[in-house]
Amino acid sequence: MYISHARIKELYSTANQLRQDVIGMLESAGSGHSAGPLGMADIMSAFYFYILNHDPKDPSYDERDRLILSNGHICPIQYAALARSGYFPLRKLKTLRSFASPLQGHPHRLSLPGIETTSGPLGSGLSQGIGVALSARLDKKKFRTYVVLSDGEHGEGNTWEAIMLAGKYRLNNLTAVIDRNNIQIDGYTEDVLPLEPLRDKYEACGWNVIDVDGHNIEEFIGAVFEAKAVYEKPTVIIAHTIPGKGVDFMEREYVWHGMPPNKKQAREALRQLRKLGGKIKSEEE
Amino acid sequence: MIHKALSLSHTLFSGHEDMQALRDGYGRGLLEAGENENVVVITADLEESTRCHWFSRLYPDRFFDVGVAEQNMAAVAAGMGISGKIPFINSYATFSPGRNWEQIRTLCAYNDSNVKIAGHHAGLLTGPDGATHQSLEDIALMRSMANMRVLVPLDALEAQRATVAAAGVRGPVYIRLQREKTPVITTKDTPFQIGRAYPLWIPKTKRVDVVLIGAGPVLHEALKAARDLEKKKIHSVVINVPSIVPLDTKEILSWVARAGAVVSVEEHSIYGGIGSAISELLSKKNPVPMEFIGVDGQFGQSGTGYELYKQYKLLSSDIIIATQKVIKRKRS
Ligand SMILES: Cc1ncc(C[n+]2csc(CCOP(=O)(O)OP(=O)(O)O)c2C)c(N)n1
Ligand SMILES: [Mg+2]
Repeated sequence: MYISHARIKELYSTANQLRQDVIGMLESAGSGHSAGPLGMADIMSAFYFYILNHDPKDPSYDERDRLILSNGHICPIQYAALARSGYFPLRKLKTLRSFASPLQGHPHRLSLPGIETTSGPLGSGLSQGIGVALSARLDKKKFRTYVVLSDGEHGEGNTWEAIMLAGKYRLNNLTAVIDRNNIQIDGYTEDVLPLEPLRDKYEACGWNVIDVDGHNIEEFIGAVFEAKAVYEKPTVIIAHTIPGKGVDFMEREYVWHGMPPNKKQAREALRQLRKLGGKIKSEEE
Repeated sequence: MIHKALSLSHTLFSGHEDMQALRDGYGRGLLEAGENENVVVITADLEESTRCHWFSRLYPDRFFDVGVAEQNMAAVAAGMGISGKIPFINSYATFSPGRNWEQIRTLCAYNDSNVKIAGHHAGLLTGPDGATHQSLEDIALMRSMANMRVLVPLDALEAQRATVAAAGVRGPVYIRLQREKTPVITTKDTPFQIGRAYPLWIPKTKRVDVVLIGAGPVLHEALKAARDLEKKKIHSVVINVPSIVPLDTKEILSWVARAGAVVSVEEHSIYGGIGSAISELLSKKNPVPMEFIGVDGQFGQSGTGYELYKQYKLLSSDIIIATQKVIKRKRS
């Protein structure tokens, strides 16, 4: 796999743009989640602007790759990526969470083209991904199924039921991506309900596991391509991310899980993001 | 007119009612109930938004956070409830009792384990979060199982009383709670007993044209409707039914016998909820014309509380229309 330097640079700058969109959306909504969406901006940029086979003009074409967002509360970042890809006009972004908007507080399959399934209630995205991947296998379809899930939702038994099942069926057309940001609502994951050693748990259930820096787009794309090459198992990419990434007062603070910025905070957040330009690779911090 | 004997709030209808969230009343109720050392509180990664954090600060040893795991929470609580503890379990109603319904049914109710289930953020007032988080089915879910008391408090103070009462009775209890601040209608002197219904508004005259009946904060809309109907010389009673199971059949039937027409009001699906409970009772004991205010076969969506009340026809103006319709049916 070769990606030009210029292309990677472009993906970072798109990620930065998505972060700015998210800040604006959350500020105007007056409610919603900040930390998760900002932390997943680099990965969403990589997905929608490099990895996924998709067509914003024909959102339901049969051979498209499926991206299922299990942790639905981080939808602002997906909405921004869909809009910037051309699924719907950018001006709609500011209707997030408002009455009659296609941008529901948590994603609804029937409200917005490009949303593969409804989510918000945690812990059932991976199961649905398995359902999609098994269907693809039955129909001999070539598309891949990606499931983005959070670390917090590993508290749900349903998540583990799915982890074991994907191992059983050796679903090589399924790739899970975990937003391993170490926070959930009540605190740090290792305080609320310890998950480590997470890698070992997945391996024990028959998965190929790749750890990546979730803010290194090149590394993430490399892992996705590696997953395509593994044909006897499903792959999980544990993406180590910084919640609130790009806005210093939000980074790593679990209080920003479910809080939007107010006007002043939004202005400061946008100032910081603009200054960063397209460059926020974690090594450069 | 306002039923004096219930010592309701002086600020009712003042336009500047005291506003408090049911969950705040619940949180205070937990503190009160917590004086009993057997009371324990469990949450599934929602400590603050379910108002367990006051209890957890005061009684850290009796507080447990199980992570995002509602089924585990209900089953752990069932184990505690058969071991002499009085566990209160806390999550949003769509997840508890939504997701963990079978654990509640079999391990708490059938097992007669002493578990109290607090279903938070119920109804449309959950607003911008959208349909995934707006529980419109929880009363139906809980009312249909045996050995489950179902409480739907009217305001923050009643939520507090319901919480204390739930801790005081043996056996499983469901308490439905809401997130937004809503008008405080009762006072600390207002009575509350599991199994009792209370007429908040009574007709000025001997004549009663209609019974408006329901539970939860949406009853404020029924009270406004009753006040406006009186100006049109339509005399109503507004019955608050915070205890859906067991139901105060005596109080309800005596008013229905006088009025001969009923409008039920709830921030819930009209299928399986409070209106259904009333209509099941009436079809056996005294079938009269009835209209249902509530969500009719739809999911919710994002929006403000007002926008959603308007969309799903839960406003006092909708209650007035339903009342006129039901009175017409009675006369025809
Ligand atoms: C089944 C279910 N239970 C509870 C919730 C409430 N909830 C929303 S987000 C969340 C925290 C989960 O942690 P994580 O997804 O890791 O949060 P983040 O890292 O995005 O802050 C909880 C408990 C939910 N959405 N679904
Ligand atoms: Mg997390």
